[in-house]
Amino acid sequence: MSFTNNNIQYSPAEAGGGGKQEYTITVYTENHIGLLNRIAILFSRRKINVESLNTSPSEVEGIHRFTIVINEVEDVVRKLVRQIEKQVEVLKAYYNTTDEIVWQELALYKVPTDEIAEKVKVERLLREFGARAVVIRKDYTVFETTGHREETDKLVQVLEPYGLIEFVRSARVAIIKASSGFHEKLKEFERTAPGAEVKENEFLGKQDEVFTM
Amino acid sequence: MKDSATIAKSGKETKTPNTSSAVQGQTVRVSGSIAVLEAFIAEEVDTIFGYPGGAIMPIYDALYDYQHKLNHILVRHEQGAIHAAQGYARASGKVGVVFATSGPGATNLVTGLADAMIDSTPVVCITGQVFAHLLGTDAFQETDVINITTPVTKWNYQVTDATEIPEVLAKAFYIARSGRPGPVLIDITKNAQLQQFDFAGYKRCAYVRSYRPKPIVRQEYIAQAAAMINEAKRPFILFGQGVILGKAEKEFREFVEKSGIPAAATIMGLSALPSDHPLHVGMLGMHGNYGPNLLTNECDVLIAVGMRFDDRVTGRLDKYAKQAKVIHLDIDPAEIDKNVKTTVPVWGDCKETLPLLTSLIDQKVYPQWLQRFKDCMQEEEKACINAELNPTTEQMTMGEVIRELNDLTGGNAIIVTDVGQHQMVACRYAKFKQSKSNITSGGLGTMGFALPAAIGAKLGAPDRTVIAIIGDGGFQMTIQELGTIMQSEIDVKLLILNNQFLGMVRQWQQLFHDKRYSFVNITSPDFVQVAKGYGIAGKSIAAREELRSALSTMLQHKGAYLLEVMVGKENNVFPMVPQGCSVSEIRLR
Ligand SMILES: Cc1cc2nc3c(=O)[nH]c(=O)nc-3n(C[C@H](O)[C@H](O)[C@H](O)COP(=O)(O)OP(=O)(O)OC[C@H]3O[C@@H](n4cnc5c(N)ncnc54)[C@H](O)[C@@H]3O)c2cc1C
Ligand SMILES: Cc1ncc(C[n+]2csc(CCOP(=O)(O)OP(=O)(O)O)c2C)c(N)n1
Repeated sequence: MSFTNNNIQYSPAEAGGGGKQEYTITVYTENHIGLLNRIAILFSRRKINVESLNTSPSEVEGIHRFTIVINEVEDVVRKLVRQIEKQVEVLKAYYNTTDEIVWQELALYKVPTDEIAEKVKVERLLREFGARAVVIRKDYTVFETTGHREETDKLVQVLEPYGLIEFVRSARVAIIKASSGFHEKLKEFERTAPGAEVKENEFLGKQDEVFTM
Repeated sequence: MKDSATIAKSGKETKTPNTSSAVQGQTVRVSGSIAVLEAFIAEEVDTIFGYPGGAIMPIYDALYDYQHKLNHILVRHEQGAIHAAQGYARASGKVGVVFATSGPGATNLVTGLADAMIDSTPVVCITGQVFAHLLGTDAFQETDVINITTPVTKWNYQVTDATEIPEVLAKAFYIARSGRPGPVLIDITKNAQLQQFDFAGYKRCAYVRSYRPKPIVRQEYIAQAAAMINEAKRPFILFGQGVILGKAEKEFREFVEKSGIPAAATIMGLSALPSDHPLHVGMLGMHGNYGPNLLTNECDVLIAVGMRFDDRVTGRLDKYAKQAKVIHLDIDPAEIDKNVKTTVPVWGDCKETLPLLTSLIDQKVYPQWLQRFKDCMQEEEKACINAELNPTTEQMTMGEVIRELNDLTGGNAIIVTDVGQHQMVACRYAKFKQSKSNITSGGLGTMGFALPAAIGAKLGAPDRTVIAIIGDGGFQMTIQELGTIMQSEIDVKLLILNNQFLGMVRQWQQLFHDKRYSFVNITSPDFVQVAKGYGIAGKSIAAREELRSALSTMLQHKGAYLLEVMVGKENNVFPMVPQGCSVSEIRLR
């Protein structure tokens, strides 16, 4: 009595079509200690690398907004977002593809002032990259620019020959094109009993489009 | 401000404050520790499982004066405390409560938290923590309990100021018991336990802004589901622990009876419907019954009620119920489509959704379809059940022990199982007449669960007979809790099915690893002698003739009793859906 067990297969549960692509996840939360970890471990538990993570107060007082960028297949992202939304202190979580959002990253560049003053036409540089000087000292100058990854990367390349000392880029911040903000949504949450107009599963009929509970 | 009641045991005047004035709108000056205990009383906690230590001493000091209101059970290891609290919660439907100290006390809770998390068991754990000003200094017995327990708690929170205690505890109980239940851990620094503050009374929590325990029931999905059920030719119901957690046994039974649809249970769903119900067709999953597994891949509509399509239930997913339309009733939106793609998601508490569904479905019967399950059962009986329940072998089987036990208890006992072959056999063959009768570690499969969980179950359901069925391996994982049974005089029956192996692992080694028995041969002490050392009566038997009388002696014994039954060493549990196989590839032998 023995049978082999060589037909074990990894079958991703009903992988919802399509390969990995960039998704931006937006999460509205209470401003509580420990929540960053609670959210972060949902990614690390599934061995998903976070490409970018930003957290800061949202337009609504007392509510924090996370913007998280990952590369994944939609099916995984959808399940992940449900797990995020399930956390007690999370109010709402959305996910969007890159063309559904407007996004920016901010970058700072520190370069030696003498080099820059001598060799580069500073004005042209500023205009071309929409950059501006935020600090100008004898020894160094700090430029700042915002834009997409390629744009901020490009300026690194341009500045490198001039002795770029230090470079830093912020996490992505993103606005969802179709969103009407969180003020209204919050009102729904503040009702002790959700009203009939709260459509918790409004997208269930068209699950593949977007998930927002 | 002093309460005039005295504690009989100590004869000392108590220090419990008269907090009723707080209820009348005034404040009372109390310590954080007292606020914790007052919260328990307001939450109708009657039993605490715990173990003291440095960082929780102020709470234990306060507890000294509350002994007449709160029954504290001193366990032998914090893992025992939390498993006991789980057993208590599962048997009573109430929240289990645990105390542990900081550092090692808290880390000893982690296995139980993980177990309660995956099995959705409502538990509130209070851990002591070092003084707030010492946090992060590697102080004595400091561990980062909040971060260690984040993945295994539904919610956790660190209190550093006593004024937070009433509100935080109210939130803790509310979150633990509402929606999909789960474990909550509150870590309280020692200074907060000691701090005096103006206590304005305790208000139970019924709402947390960011937390939606139940999604709103959508009538259109109910209607779609009902239409689908009414048109079905071969519908099949799968039910799980959600029915028990939602206290919806009656609603479920009405749904089953009106619909006339055959229903099978997950292990965690067992006892939600009486085993002898004519529409109860058995157990699902890896070691479930033949028909429920096989016919999952033949039904046309699959109705899942409060179960989460665990991989021990579904086997290979890409070959699971592909032909069927799936209706999933679940309280947790994250469960919908997680493993099995749903055709109609019926989000909500099944206590609410089931009656709505029942009202829309036609009264029906499916005699031919039901007959298929019966035929399968006959086949299974021939192939493996008969040999297990009425063996001709010289050595006893686990199955016959359970059969005799059913006979003697009439299916009225609470069966608490550990993890392994005995667990599968008990779940397969034990008969259940009422709900909350099957307590086991399902999702985590924690060996060592049964002994402490049985202690908790007895305290949670004092009027019921509680029988822990445990393997010789698992018994040795939390054997120290015999001390708790001794000290607190807990009337539990301990039935050890000794096959002298780590049987479940041995079975896999036999079937999948060419019988290379790698470290599954486990020796045991003389369990009866060990029990005797703890003042617990017991007996060991190896002969079939003694079985019935030994079992009835155990059941009739006043107080705890240990019965060891020596069973066949190399028996296997069948049927079996081998890992990675489809449910229709279930093997009968
Ligand atoms: C050695 C071993 C072998 C095993 N073999 C098997 C096996 O053969 N068969 C088997 O079935 N299991 C088996 N298990 C157990 C298995 O791992 C799972 O624990 C079990 O299948 C889960 O059952 P469940 O989905 O009913 O319960 P849970 O995991 O408790 O899930 C309950 C579900 O109900 C939902 N819910 C909760 N409350 C409500 C409510 N009020 N209304 C609606 N929904 C609600 C929850 O959101 C959740 O989705 C085995 C375990 C071990 C250790
Ligand atoms: C804490 C823990 N460690 C290891 C395992 C893996 N495991 C599952 S079943 C089993 C064997 C159990 O043996 P025993 O308690 O004797 O019960 P039997 O299977 O023989 O009935 C083991 C080691 C587990 N489930 N839990």
